Amino acid sequence: MAKVRKGSTLRHFIIDHFGLIPFLVFALFPAYFMILTAFKHNSELYDLQAIPFWLREGITLDHFRFLFVKTRFLRWLLNSVMVAVIATGCSFVISVMAAYSLARLRFRGVNFLATAIFVIYLVPPTLLFLPLGRVIYDIGLADNVVSLIITYPTFLIPFSTWLLMGYFRTVPREIEECAMVDGCGRIAALIRVVLPVTVPGLICAILFAFTLSWNEFIYALTFISQTTQKTATVGVAAELVRGDVFHWGEIMAGATTGSLPIVLIYVFFLDYYVAGLTAGSVKG
Amino acid sequence: MAPGDSSPVQSEALAATLRVSYTRRLADYLQQEHILGYLLLLPAFLWLAGLVAYPFGMAISYCLSDIVVGRQQAAKFVGLDNFISLLNNEIFIQTVKNSFTFTVSAVTLKAVFGLLLAVLLNKDLKFKRLIRGCVLLPWVMPVALSALGWKWMYDSLYSVITWTLNRFVLLVGMPPLEINWLGQANLAMASVIVVNTWIGLPFFAITLLAGLQAIPEEMYEAAEVDGATPWDKFFHVTLPMLRPVLAVVILFSTIFTFADFNTVYVLTQGGPMNYTHLFATLANMLAFQILDLGRGAAVSLFMFPLLMLLVFFILRLARREY
Repeated sequence: MAKVRKGSTLRHFIIDHFGLIPFLVFALFPAYFMILTAFKHNSELYDLQAIPFWLREGITLDHFRFLFVKTRFLRWLLNSVMVAVIATGCSFVISVMAAYSLARLRFRGVNFLATAIFVIYLVPPTLLFLPLGRVIYDIGLADNVVSLIITYPTFLIPFSTWLLMGYFRTVPREIEECAMVDGCGRIAALIRVVLPVTVPGLICAILFAFTLSWNEFIYALTFISQTTQKTATVGVAAELVRGDVFHWGEIMAGATTGSLPIVLIYVFFLDYYVAGLTAGSVKG
Repeated sequence: MAPGDSSPVQSEALAATLRVSYTRRLADYLQQEHILGYLLLLPAFLWLAGLVAYPFGMAISYCLSDIVVGRQQAAKFVGLDNFISLLNNEIFIQTVKNSFTFTVSAVTLKAVFGLLLAVLLNKDLKFKRLIRGCVLLPWVMPVALSALGWKWMYDSLYSVITWTLNRFVLLVGMPPLEINWLGQANLAMASVIVVNTWIGLPFFAITLLAGLQAIPEEMYEAAEVDGATPWDKFFHVTLPMLRPVLAVVILFSTIFTFADFNTVYVLTQGGPMNYTHLFATLANMLAFQILDLGRGAAVSLFMFPLLMLLVFFILRLARREY
């Protein structure tokens, strides 16, 4: 955006950028410090004389070695991947169907149902985690990672449906009607015409669902107590922090590795995250 | 081929045509809008009815009973006793106070600094994409894990924050400070609020940035013609134009801040002396440490009226989107 500015352009350039520095330091420092701690020797980590901002004694992989050899961290990562992939997949298919129906079809109660989906989207998981845990127990899935696969869609479906409704509404009806005149049924028109033109929205829905599943904590914490069934977030936060002794090196190694997959995805798809964040919430 | 031989083939072909036409007709029937509409919603409906609506009903029945983990069969109806006993409970009252302090402070911080950050991001920046990527990072990281990072930064002995403060303290010749960030009531609350703000700030900044970019440039030009100062422009153009977005974002954030669990659970578990307990962490403690499901569910449900009020306002604001 080229704006005409009065006064010194260079001065403005410097002011505009310097104002952001405190925010960037605030946003990035915890992540930096987490990574730094993960690679730091214990002798330096617990030396009050050492400067905490960098590595004096070089890099060590001991904390990571401990994590992968002495704990079930790898299993937790695999559990997280499995839960996130399956929960995202199920929610995606179900949400595409629901969103298309609510955004495009005319039938009795459509507005009410759209509002209901939105209201459920606004119900925080912390409101219902106790009775939901009981339901999980009653259907025999307590202490089983499968319980997360079936409970995560309770917040993924409303979210994705709401996000996708916005995208489906932007597709001109004419395109769809043309396809239907050419002999396509509605479902065929949805699959062959509507979905291809809303690919960015579909990617957004998948990315957000995957992120929400990966980051979920309270269900994973309260439904599962068996070590081998835990996900990465709970494994690191609940299993590595036990007793009075905090092994910060190992904990930070776990936190770094557990965040890494989601941060990598984020780096590759940054623009989708920005688009989805503004579309999904503000439109709501 | 003789005519007689062809009859079984013919009837088979006829049957096939009929079958096709039946499936075709069934397909046509199902693709009518009012049928297809419900059909496509069915999986979502079943899932949410079974795992949201049903547990919600259970939550209400829990609240009205003296249910205890391990003795579900012996539970009996106790009316509003759980709610009354909570209102007479010091820890619960403390939790209510904490929740309001936490929510009001964190949302205010997020709104003020989020707006400031959005205005800063709305300039012609070099590395625009990189900067946005960095700003949004805290929001993408798993909360439980980033909160662990903060817990380490708040360590009572090795805190990097205290260490940094002490460089300045030593510079002026005073004895070094020892700060127990998560161990003192007010300080712990402030520390938890900072972490929640750190997580939620990007959401405010990025959505408000989108709101800022939607304000037409002509409005600023018109204001400039009228001799408006930058402050005038901010208070008389930017802020009024941003109000709808700001309102929705604040309501959204209030819901999810009020219902927060992760930050407090990881950082303080509600301590010291219950001074950072929120509804969700107290519910969790009652249910899993004291095994009192009824009161745990009642604590959770105490959030419900306030949440519904917030949802109501969001719906009113969003009405024109439908």
